Amino acid sequence: MKNYLKFIFVFSFIFILGITNSIQAKESNVSLLKPNWTFNGFFGKFDRAQLQRGYQVYKEVCASCHSMNLLSYRNLSEPGGPEFSEAEVKALAAQYEIQDGPNADGEMFTRKGIPSDRFKSPYPNELASRAANGGAYPPDMSVLVKARPGESDYIYSVLMGYEEKVPANIKLEEGVYYNKYMPGNKIRMAKPLNSGGVEYADGTKATEEQMAKDVVSFLTWAAEPHLEARKKLGFKSVLYLLILTILVYLVKKKIWSRIESKV
Amino acid sequence: MSEYTSKSEEKFQPVQTNKVGGSPYTGVLGWIDNRLPIIRMFRHEYLDFQVPKSLSYFWSFGGILTICLLLLILTGISLGMHYKPDAKYAFESVEKIMRDVNFGWLIRYAHMNLASFFFIAVYLHIFRGLYYGSYKEPRQLMWIIGIVIFFLMMATAFLGYTLPWGQMSYWGATVITNLFSAIPLFGESIVTWLWGDYSVGDAALNRFYVLHWLIAFLIVGVVVFHVIALHIVGSNNPSGIEPKDTRDTVTFAPYTTSKDLVGMLVFLLIFVAVMMYAPNYLGHPDNYIPANPMVTPAHIVPEWYFLPFYAILRSIPDKLMGVVAMVSSIAVLGLLPWLDFSKVRSSVFRPIWKQCVFLFVLNFFVLMYIGGAPAEGIYLLIGRIATAFWFAFFFILAPLVSLVEKPLPMPQSIHEFEDWKKQGKIKVFQFFGK
Amino acid sequence: MSDTKNKDKTTRRDFITTVTATVGAVGVGAAVMPIVSQMNPDSSVKALASIEVDISKVKEGQEITVLWRGKPVFIKRRSKEEIEKAQKVNLKDLKDPEEDKARVKNPEWLVVLGVCTHLGCVPIGGKGDYDGWFCPCHGSHYDTSGRIRLGPAPTNLEIPKYEFVGTDKIKIG
Repeated sequence: MKNYLKFIFVFSFIFILGITNSIQAKESNVSLLKPNWTFNGFFGKFDRAQLQRGYQVYKEVCASCHSMNLLSYRNLSEPGGPEFSEAEVKALAAQYEIQDGPNADGEMFTRKGIPSDRFKSPYPNELASRAANGGAYPPDMSVLVKARPGESDYIYSVLMGYEEKVPANIKLEEGVYYNKYMPGNKIRMAKPLNSGGVEYADGTKATEEQMAKDVVSFLTWAAEPHLEARKKLGFKSVLYLLILTILVYLVKKKIWSRIESKV
Repeated sequence: MSEYTSKSEEKFQPVQTNKVGGSPYTGVLGWIDNRLPIIRMFRHEYLDFQVPKSLSYFWSFGGILTICLLLLILTGISLGMHYKPDAKYAFESVEKIMRDVNFGWLIRYAHMNLASFFFIAVYLHIFRGLYYGSYKEPRQLMWIIGIVIFFLMMATAFLGYTLPWGQMSYWGATVITNLFSAIPLFGESIVTWLWGDYSVGDAALNRFYVLHWLIAFLIVGVVVFHVIALHIVGSNNPSGIEPKDTRDTVTFAPYTTSKDLVGMLVFLLIFVAVMMYAPNYLGHPDNYIPANPMVTPAHIVPEWYFLPFYAILRSIPDKLMGVVAMVSSIAVLGLLPWLDFSKVRSSVFRPIWKQCVFLFVLNFFVLMYIGGAPAEGIYLLIGRIATAFWFAFFFILAPLVSLVEKPLPMPQSIHEFEDWKKQGKIKVFQFFGK
Repeated sequence: MSDTKNKDKTTRRDFITTVTATVGAVGVGAAVMPIVSQMNPDSSVKALASIEVDISKVKEGQEITVLWRGKPVFIKRRSKEEIEKAQKVNLKDLKDPEEDKARVKNPEWLVVLGVCTHLGCVPIGGKGDYDGWFCPCHGSHYDTSGRIRLGPAPTNLEIPKYEFVGTDKIKIG
């Protein structure tokens, strides 16, 4: 028994070390900011109002450069997300002019967006977006959270990591900014969030921190739209398996007692 | 013409091509069983099958792996119904599975994490074999078939990892297929042939998808051989002693099945917990960035289960020799039944070999850590020492220990072994309780 | 020896085993559900389930065909004679009796699924013995209300869920 515990301990320790080692980015040694996300933990859930505010920040700030190609307006009303009403989503989608076609005359035309349309991209393609942003490509935000080590914490840290005072050992070129949490400490995106940058409809004060939290929550949902369903199902299935394992163990003990008593 | 007439009648051997009959069952079951004896076979091999009584939970991993394989195939078929093997659409189709397909996120996360858990179980299964000498006479062939399965697993896991067409998929595919370019003379043309292009691209992705399926089902086939061999040679057990009479054995059902079921459920429980609460922990974030042939990720690593072998590859400063070392580091396992020629199977009675096996496991983890670290400075040095130890374990330690080691006194039979265990005379691995 | 074995068998189905087997079976069932369910239309398909069609350019007696859920939908602006013909039919002559009134929201517009109820071919407009549609696959004849009059098809052409949006648009689905 002791032998086994020792084995399990050593095994899992080195195993976890090995994997973590392979994944962590080596460049930066700063520890990330870790706000208390509502969606963390075994029963984590998104805060609907926060997601709605986050969408507003995305729409009014991020969306001028960052696309979100994998999302559709309809997603905004689906369960587990911001859960706007269907009427609200229709109105949101209708704010955009979407190219469609060809029509009966063989020509492309624009029409008002409908819920099944994908989020409208700020640029027609990647090259156009590079050209408009001095050669840097603002990454698509659909799965951005899952594509960075540190996930939500990392995005939040970068948003909050702009500092006026640049350390002496870092030389910034034209159009490059200092960021405490960005690997290499250089970023081509100007500080995106400033207090009062948006005006929240629900009266929440739009501080820099609040906006960062809201938009990162929104981006986390966008990258993992079924997070709530997963955690709910996860709890149920773990509980179920626990019960079944105990039951099967009892049955096994009962079966084996038939021969063990004979010895 | 003369052949039939010249030979006398009694020279002909009687033949019976019609073997219908012999079933112990009656009715419909009997009718089927007389013509296709699968029911008899099943009963013989899975219900009345005699199994050593002393099997520990380490013997559950065979069953666990079977379940994993089954679930991988089920989830794989489901994913295959939505996935598009096209460089333009692959990434998006995976995301569509994650977002739009009913329970797609669950099925994809299950498939993804099952691959990792399949390797965890296989490594423990191999460890079991090493520790208890399951590779020795008469189980050598079964052991070798197992190594073939391991190679196939690695191939199909690699191919599967390329399919989401993220950055790690793309660059993993580029690096791994480039291993073939180490082959002298034909290397370059083999790689071009593999790609169907001058770089990894649409053509490669499409064939990777087909091969991922093909090898998955090849594994099923080879597993059948592995199991047939098992039913011929019988299970090894912690004592390493062959069963002699019914005091040493139990029937497969319900004894072994109920015990295996406990093992499977504990394993499933851990798997489900990881899949549901940390589904991306065993993966790499870069694979959520769509493949980009113009930019290599800063820190490129294979999946965790390849890390030890990746470390061996990198520790040799020669392209061809690195690949040779990596492949032979696994193939050498196949020689173990002959390199370790001690007559005693179980490490329970082999004090020195037991320590060697533990060192081997430790070394495996060291290599895994090194595989994930950058290939420079101290890491490179440690990697080389660990690689040297890997081969030394097989070519030096195994024969040497077989020669010099004095085994501990052994019981005469499995039931005596069980008694010794109860009396505390010997220590064995046990998962929990009895 | 065989006696004890038999005894084992009779006591095996005890309470805890039954409970465990039941719980296990429920779990297997629940695990199979997602595997089956993934084959149903996904949410992007469901989201496209309704379309809006501009009908302002359709002249009297004309018919347009639009694609909805991968199937053709016939939208026909019927002439006076056609409406009259459809309404005058004696219900007793019909294989699948249905009033024309029940099949339209506005008698001028007939909206039907262009899928023959026999085996799913697309009928051809303005053909057949009843001036409605004729299915070339197995010879089913439909009238100007899309009702089956002759041939192997068992029921009338299906009416999709639709509504008029303003005066010049129809929303199907």
